[in-house]
Amino acid sequence: MKIILCFNSQIIKKPLIAEVILETGALVNINKATIDITGGELIINVPDEDAKKVIKSFKSRGVDIITLEKPIVRTDEECIHCGVCISVCPTNVFRYEADGSVSMDHKECIQCGACITACPHNALKLSR
Amino acid sequence: MGKTVEEINQKIRDGSVHVVTAEEMTAIVETLGPEGAAKEVDVVTTGTFGAMCSSGAILNFGHADPPIKMQKLRLNDVEAYTGLAAVDAYIGATQVSESRGMEYGGGHVIEELVSGKSVVLRTTGSGTDCYPLKNVETMLTIEDLNQAIMINPRNAYQRYNAATNTSDQTMHTYMGPLLPDLGNVIYTGSGALSPLSNDPTYATIGMGTRIFLCGAQGYIIGEGTQHDPKNNMGTLMVKGNLKEMNSEFVKGASFHKYGTTLYVGLGIPIPILNEDIALCTGISDAEIKTEVLDYGVQRREKPVLGEVTYEELKSGCIEINGKEVRTSAISSLYVARKVAESLKDWVLKGEFMLTTPIEGLSTKPRVKPMRQTGGLLLVKDVMTAGIGTIKPDISIEEAAKRIIKGQFNHLPVVSDDGRLMGIITTWDVSKAVALAKRGRVEQIMTRKVVAVNPRDPIDIAARKLEQHNISALPVIDAKRKVIGIITSEDLSKLLTGGGHK
Repeated sequence: MKIILCFNSQIIKKPLIAEVILETGALVNINKATIDITGGELIINVPDEDAKKVIKSFKSRGVDIITLEKPIVRTDEECIHCGVCISVCPTNVFRYEADGSVSMDHKECIQCGACITACPHNALKLSR
Repeated sequence: MGKTVEEINQKIRDGSVHVVTAEEMTAIVETLGPEGAAKEVDVVTTGTFGAMCSSGAILNFGHADPPIKMQKLRLNDVEAYTGLAAVDAYIGATQVSESRGMEYGGGHVIEELVSGKSVVLRTTGSGTDCYPLKNVETMLTIEDLNQAIMINPRNAYQRYNAATNTSDQTMHTYMGPLLPDLGNVIYTGSGALSPLSNDPTYATIGMGTRIFLCGAQGYIIGEGTQHDPKNNMGTLMVKGNLKEMNSEFVKGASFHKYGTTLYVGLGIPIPILNEDIALCTGISDAEIKTEVLDYGVQRREKPVLGEVTYEELKSGCIEINGKEVRTSAISSLYVARKVAESLKDWVLKGEFMLTTPIEGLSTKPRVKPMRQTGGLLLVKDVMTAGIGTIKPDISIEEAAKRIIKGQFNHLPVVSDDGRLMGIITTWDVSKAVALAKRGRVEQIMTRKVVAVNPRDPIDIAARKLEQHNISALPVIDAKRKVIGIITSEDLSKLLTGGGHK
């Protein structure tokens, strides 16, 4: 499951991720990290079965949590099924079906945005 | 024994016609052979749906009162060409919006018109006795126009090269984003379903052929511009009534940092008059070859990195220079199939009659490069050769001394065998001094250096300077050895007439 962690400037210096990993033993994979003076925002991927305790552990340390059910949203009427997104996506979210249409598997998305700029018909956007 | 187009049309009228798509025909020819397939099948429908930049529409707006001779015209802030009679204009797919830039253009205006949306027209004229009005601003839909005729100078490439990129930067192209270091391959065209690939000798296709064009019945009006049959890259010029089109098959599109275009759905019915034609329509993806070109090289002639078939391209992965590279299309096979199926449906329902061309398409090649009388200035003509370089383990202090002695602003950092490793500038050195930083050059140098080749045209160098907001580029040979430097100063001297060696 993909989770967005929002850190405020007070807790940004603490080794929170290391603490959570040690506490929960969960395999936390960092997909994306943006950190500046005002705070930080990380997207992590955790195994579904560990999600509950990882979220609890982060919350207890003052981290705000947003779970990403669908990291990207496609407006189906706008999709022309060209498939440009397929070869620019670093995590193979998209693929061609037998009928030539393009399908997507949200699970792998790391919200890098490559597909969004590549899409010629503005069918994709990042969700929050 | 052959059939005639008239005999096939009779079958369409009496409902006994046998129509298949070009993909279905591949299997039929394989099973029955061309002779059997020619007996069995009367019409093969084809289809393609891809970005076709050479597209646009002639629009007639009717006369204003008092009348205006439109001299500048914008539709949703996209300029249309008005060098015609008073209220005619041609809107081209790639013209971009004056207010929104590359994200919106002529292709989008055409899509909006077809889908019945209103667009804003703003036009000005200089005012004459017969056309006194100088300004009009109005909202209109396609219903308000007298004529709206799509006329596309070049559509339906028989096949097209696939694109990749060996450079270290993402290239934003009309083939979509090409990732650095052979990061992906993008191709276009529907392969076995491609209209011209199913009749490569133009035995049944020519001027006057009735076709499926964006959901309407349109016509081929001749060969397209850059028609190149000898290289299996024939093209078509087509027309159709915008008012009868379906927005499902006309989509304005925008490619990031390239601009706008129009996706056009085009299908041609091929009458199976004899077994030769049946054989041609039996073509498969495995039989259609194309080349993979390196778009990292910003020249007309791009290096060919390999030959592939559409079957390989459609498999999702091909091998280039020993590397597995992912492939995907910029055209849509899904919509191309809808085009072929819709056309098949029309013929089966008796709504679409086949035609005999009134004139064939040329089979002679005639694509020429542009004649450039101005000549082409290359980096090696302008660069400063034999410049000073520095090794990475030299101290910052020593580097500062060399910069002062040599009066350069830029000093390439090279390995023992002269290969480019980085660059330092007077700014890097001053900053190090200001921060009282002591150490070696490699600690302050920029490692990701943008460089050019001596045979690059100077325009490529100018573009790189502008894109990266820098003032000099080391010139390197194929082995990355530094052979000179070209600066923005060198380029500006060209404009003032000095410095050209």
